[in-house]
Amino acid sequence: MANFVVSGTPHVRSKESIQSIMRDVVIALVPATIMGIIYFGVNALILILASIVSAVFFEWLYQTLLKKPVTISDLSAVVTGLLLAMNLPASAPIWVPVVGSAFAIIFAKQLFGGLGQNFINPALAGRAFLLASYPTEMTTWTAPTGFSGADAVAVATPLAQMKGGVFPDASIADLALGTNIGGCIGETCAVALIIGGIYLLYKHVISWKIPVIYIATVFVLSALIGRQGVRMPVHEMFAGGLMLGAFFMATDYASSPVTPKGQVIFALGCGLLTTLIRTFGGYPEGVSYSILIMNLCVPLIERFTEPTIFGALPKVKEAKKA
Amino acid sequence: MQGLTFKRGVHPPDGKALSADQPIKVILPKENSELFYPMSQHIGAPCDPLVAVGDHVKVGQKIAESGAFMSSPIFASVSGEVVDIRPMLVPGGAMVKSIVVKNDGKMEEIEGLNEGRDYTTMSNDEILAAIKNAGVVGLGGAGFPTHVKLNPPKDTPIDHILINAAECEPYLTCDYRLMLEEPERIVRGLQIMLKLHPNAKGVIGIEMNKPKAIEAMTKACEGIDNIMVQPLVTKFPQGSEKHLIYAITKREVKSGALPASAGCIVDNVDTVVAIERAICKGRPLMRRIVTVSGSGIKNPGNYKIRIGMTLRDLVDAIGGFNEENPPVKLIAGGPMMGPTLYTLDVASVKTTSGLLCFTKDEAYIPEERNCIRCGKCVEHCPMGLMPFQLNACAIKGDGEGFVAHHGLDCIECGSCSYECPAKRQLAQSIRATKKIEAGKKAAAAAAARAKAEAEAKAKAEAEKK
Repeated sequence: MANFVVSGTPHVRSKESIQSIMRDVVIALVPATIMGIIYFGVNALILILASIVSAVFFEWLYQTLLKKPVTISDLSAVVTGLLLAMNLPASAPIWVPVVGSAFAIIFAKQLFGGLGQNFINPALAGRAFLLASYPTEMTTWTAPTGFSGADAVAVATPLAQMKGGVFPDASIADLALGTNIGGCIGETCAVALIIGGIYLLYKHVISWKIPVIYIATVFVLSALIGRQGVRMPVHEMFAGGLMLGAFFMATDYASSPVTPKGQVIFALGCGLLTTLIRTFGGYPEGVSYSILIMNLCVPLIERFTEPTIFGALPKVKEAKKA
Repeated sequence: MQGLTFKRGVHPPDGKALSADQPIKVILPKENSELFYPMSQHIGAPCDPLVAVGDHVKVGQKIAESGAFMSSPIFASVSGEVVDIRPMLVPGGAMVKSIVVKNDGKMEEIEGLNEGRDYTTMSNDEILAAIKNAGVVGLGGAGFPTHVKLNPPKDTPIDHILINAAECEPYLTCDYRLMLEEPERIVRGLQIMLKLHPNAKGVIGIEMNKPKAIEAMTKACEGIDNIMVQPLVTKFPQGSEKHLIYAITKREVKSGALPASAGCIVDNVDTVVAIERAICKGRPLMRRIVTVSGSGIKNPGNYKIRIGMTLRDLVDAIGGFNEENPPVKLIAGGPMMGPTLYTLDVASVKTTSGLLCFTKDEAYIPEERNCIRCGKCVEHCPMGLMPFQLNACAIKGDGEGFVAHHGLDCIECGSCSYECPAKRQLAQSIRATKKIEAGKKAAAAAAARAKAEAEAKAKAEAEKK
């Protein structure tokens, strides 16, 4: 009867685990992934698979070589790989996601201590690395021809058209559904991304603050600023990577603030930078860079937004009065 | 009626069904069994034995006491011979000097026991003295001497006396049963407390997962103007003193302050019954109600035991462990905050509210992973702390950072660890660092005092010359 287990409190734990959270993120990405494959065909599927497999492989390789516990079962590498693929043009060659995954997993994530220690979003870091290194491969957009077998024709994305001062060909319905528009594999179908986002909110994986405030900021600012006098806030909201970025990238735990107030500031900053880059910057799209820049501000934001503890503030004020 | 509550907190599965419908059963210690009375069963100065080895003691005899105000006497709960005075293990894990009494099974009572008094004719000082002399302490878990709590400094008027009937710890049902079975005594005990603070309102706070208890208590309070039952949202840690006060009065107890500073006195249900017994029945604190539960015990239930029985005697008396699925983990108290036991040879004390016998499945300890900064600990911390950051400070041994991030305000409720998807031992690491830092703080304060004294002495001597 001897040998009872002793341990610290509490002795009951919630069922949620890192794995279950990452699984929920993957589930939330399923609608957008399916739509991406439907729109962009076999090549999209190949890129997605290559990206996921290589992300998991590089995580395994790094941890094995450094004799660290292998944590690929927590599914975080799957999420990184999938998100990276969502951010690639469907015309990219197969080595692009492999190189991108290697950078994302090894440089952005593992070298800083692995899961939870990466100060920038690994998938976005991988994308930024690819965009800087292989600009042609990363900016050749094709029309969504699906599995029709038709030759992929190069097209301009709606944001690129808007940047060029042209009213976009795509209607708002096109932008919401992703029909007839070019773009990254996972970003064109806004509705599928919103469905995934709602699933994450429902499962309490993310809080509403970052996505809602981010998107609302872009909407309001582009309604106020406009481009050459033309204001298209609804287009700005649905076009480009805003939905993907707001629901799936800016909400990355490790690289976004933990404090509730900090999340508000972070989201406002992302929205402001996105609008500024889109309107005044050199790139047509600013979601990736604005999130990456705000990632770097997180320690500072957290430092100034520590929550007020229970029983602290009101009494201090009273004491001053007395 | 709408339930009141506090901000944040968690919803662990309550596990109360195992024992909620089991009426309180009286368990008497077996003849010739040994009972242990540790000298420290409360917050404050430990007691000194009033008896010696070889003495014969009777039920209700005061066997240990301290001269300090912040202390509480200890009473024999059986009659028999004092066979030893030696260190004994208590549920918190410490070895405490204890009086060992061999039960003669006669339950011979000391004279003057059972002489109840009418509290309405007693002065406040008499009531407080009677409560002190009955050894009543907070039975919810902390063991704060009740006579001290009921007698706050004159400059802090009390306008609320709250009965903590939240029983927010999963599995525990002893307070629940007490409310169903003896509601009138709870009300009477509360009336005694209200006599001491006539301007206060009595509020009995009960979580809404106990509708029968709310009903029973509401019925018992009928026709009494200054007592009401307040349903509370079922959420852990609703029964934390500070959070109960916040839920009912919306006042925040200042960091480091006592509830009285917010005009409140909070006592647990069983404590109120102990007050009632002390005054109206003339019986000191010798018994308490313990929930024994978990899948590892044959007969989960609520048992009225004599304080001092070992937990082994208790388990034997109620039919022992579940032989098919024996427990691998024993917890004194609830599963969120109760310490684990490595043996059943532990003395039950005034604050032993539960014994949980967890089987292998229930005791599963998941592997700790990297913090993913999901922020769930921050989202759920009832004190508004950032547990993941305190955990990082604890691991680095950064005491200064720990204090700067308000680590000393942690109430150790375990909500952070409960929610953590990376299964980190947040509460455990914070508790350990809290002990170290609180010790440092106390030592620094003592050193400052000593220095001031030495300086004053040197100054006085210099003046003499």
